[in-house]
Amino acid sequence: MLGRSIARNSWLLALFAVVTTVLITGTYLLTRDRISEQKRLAEEKALLEIVPRDRHDNSMLDDIINVGPEAAGLGLIQDKRIYRARLAGEVVATIVPVTAPDGYTGAIDLIVGVNADGSIAGVRTLSHKETPGLGDKVDIKKSDWILGFNGKSLDNPQPAGWAVKKDKGVFDQFTGATITPRAVIAATRRALLYVSANDTTLFERPADETVAGEK
Amino acid sequence: MSDVSYRELSLNGLWKNNPAIVQLLGLCPLLAVTGSVVNAIGLAAATTLVLICSNTSVSLIRNIVSDAIRLPAFVMIIASAVTCIELLMQAFAFELYEILGIFLPLITTNCVILGRADGFASRNAIAPAAYDGLIMGVGFGVVLVLLGALRELLGTGALFANMDLLFGPGAADWKITLINDYPNFLLAILPPGAFIFTGLIIAGKNLIDAQIKRRQDALKARPVKGAKRVRVTGHIS
Repeated sequence: MLGRSIARNSWLLALFAVVTTVLITGTYLLTRDRISEQKRLAEEKALLEIVPRDRHDNSMLDDIINVGPEAAGLGLIQDKRIYRARLAGEVVATIVPVTAPDGYTGAIDLIVGVNADGSIAGVRTLSHKETPGLGDKVDIKKSDWILGFNGKSLDNPQPAGWAVKKDKGVFDQFTGATITPRAVIAATRRALLYVSANDTTLFERPADETVAGEK
Repeated sequence: MSDVSYRELSLNGLWKNNPAIVQLLGLCPLLAVTGSVVNAIGLAAATTLVLICSNTSVSLIRNIVSDAIRLPAFVMIIASAVTCIELLMQAFAFELYEILGIFLPLITTNCVILGRADGFASRNAIAPAAYDGLIMGVGFGVVLVLLGALRELLGTGALFANMDLLFGPGAADWKITLINDYPNFLLAILPPGAFIFTGLIIAGKNLIDAQIKRRQDALKARPVKGAKRVRVTGHIS
């Protein structure tokens, strides 16, 4: 009697496992294409904010160089991609991922767009956990502070100027938050240094190849 | 429990036995995502959907599963419903999915859902079970949205920001700035604000309940005119 009820219950549970798995598999298969499409769109949206469509004619998502934690100065925690924008085959800008490990509450993931002449095309935060209302002003949704990087380069301002005003630099800090902008400024500068150190690789190497000596 | 009145169910879910402010279930998402109205609506919708799905399926199988395997079977149902809804949200409301993040899969562990599955759906027919799921979800959602609105308003001085994440690009200008140049009131947006405002909402509900009770008591206490002597003579057929 007991054995039979155990057997019956086990079969029932197994049946449930099968049915629910089928349901999830079905939903997964139905939504798979749309989800990857959405992910791609979200990714491309951030890139297009930095290098708008009228400045390039290629698909940036398909012109990539893989970089990993080994890439000097970028501070990446996991493998990421460098995207390149081309106009008539020439690279006009690269978009480099960089992680600021020293945010107020953990790492800040950024992408930095660098034009072929070494100036900044734009910087965006991809993810951060900074304090709402204070440090989160590095996010374009909250404040346009991050647009202040546009047009800056390694010698404009001079190295000493790559800091918040409180540290005698040229960039604004936020009321009540200096740690976050400090981290973002330092990370942006590191991205610029990385691009200038790997200039030829980034701007001339054909797509889908890893940066020499790294990864 | 067999004879269920929908009126009673609605009253229970929305007020008397509200999952969020009376049963105090599902507080983790309640406190975590109610920083703005749009987040609150997103999580409320997802939770309600899961509640309806899980209550319906639990009611469907209520006569098949024995008591011994009741809970594992329910958990499987709830977990798969959550996973399906998570996938759907990722496909159709991607940005909101990113905002709600971990709290979407965590709906599985929201005690409201297992509580309703075990406490109600497993003993009732499909229609009332589904309705109970809906109304409990709405009751939970109303509190979420109320809390989201309070915190967004006091925290940022505006309401309905970023509604386009949920309702498409047309909703981008739904934002109402009620106070211009509002200095952000951080406490309201940060987690302590969630606790404080939840407490205030609960206090408000208790206040209203006490008021209603006082009025009812007063009504009972008042002697009804001319009813002191009641003579009953014979039957009226």
